Amino acid sequence: MRFNGALLAEVENWIDESRQMHELSIAQSILQIVQKHIPSGAGGRLRSVTVRIGEDAGVVPDSLEFSFEVLTRSTELEHARLHIEKVPLVISCKKCGDASTVEFPFFFCPRCNSRDVEIIAGDELQVVSIELADALEESV
Amino acid sequence: MSVVTIERKILEKNDEIAGRNRLFFKERGIFVVNIVSSPGSGKTSILECTLERLKGKVRLAVIEGDVQTDLDARRIIRHQVPAVQIVTRGGCHLEANLVRDALEKLDTTALQFLVIENVGNLVCPANYDLGEDRKIVVVSTTEGDDKPLKYPAMFRNAGVLIINKIDLLPYVNCDIHRLRENARAVNPALRIFETSCTTNEGIGEWCDWILTQIAPAD
Repeated sequence: MRFNGALLAEVENWIDESRQMHELSIAQSILQIVQKHIPSGAGGRLRSVTVRIGEDAGVVPDSLEFSFEVLTRSTELEHARLHIEKVPLVISCKKCGDASTVEFPFFFCPRCNSRDVEIIAGDELQVVSIELADALEESV
Repeated sequence: MSVVTIERKILEKNDEIAGRNRLFFKERGIFVVNIVSSPGSGKTSILECTLERLKGKVRLAVIEGDVQTDLDARRIIRHQVPAVQIVTRGGCHLEANLVRDALEKLDTTALQFLVIENVGNLVCPANYDLGEDRKIVVVSTTEGDDKPLKYPAMFRNAGVLIINKIDLLPYVNCDIHRLRENARAVNPALRIFETSCTTNEGIGEWCDWILTQIAPAD
């Protein structure tokens, strides 16, 4: 798959200045995985990509959407939309056994105040699925 | 319309390469740290103090990551320590494949301790495993005491926190006790060192800890 080179260069220049955007490389990784699941030559049928992003994964959804759009614009994937399933941060307390959804970024059990907790959800960074139009729909 | 289920980790490729790096280090008995911080916290200065104290005792090398220039690698080479510079040309973090490639330029025979200095950034490097044994996060007193709460992922993934520039405490608005508390709120298991590269305070304790982690030479 070829990404939009000119736009990519533009974004890279912009990153040079901001130096704070790993969402672009995350978006590239997403597209590399997606590419393996699209039948050869059928990129134009890709309608959506669903990803799961935990609240504690350190990814800004707006920046990820922007990066995805820039990388797919004017390519055969330009009709694809990125859907982001956001996952709240859930911790499990090793002391009292309680599982609770907590306010980011405090990592202690709201029930017993123990800090001996583990994250059971909220650090996901996954590609969930893609949606492909049927071969007939593509030509419409 | 058809739905294709994928269910894969987005960074699986990086994680795979990091796993191979980790195996490479383990087979050779190399203790590896990945040092992260915001720009200007003093990563390279801490490294210079560390090298001065450890060279001659331990066979060590450095991989330097920067957005531009090889200025940091040159600072290291001045201490007669082998260093390889990775210039990410805009990339805000190191990835495992860049470290793998840098290893080819480094003589790892009989190496005991490898330091990877990441790009100055407290956000992105948290997601990218390089294959290191420990992430070391550095925060300086001039940055204030709320950094751990603002960048929790980085502090949670780290094994060690170095609070640097403690000689400036009388002059800056930073409560070091609150800084420690905030760090422990995010990660109770953090090992904390307090250092100054101007007075050398705390550098000895930090270096002693490194020595306890390094496999004895054959």
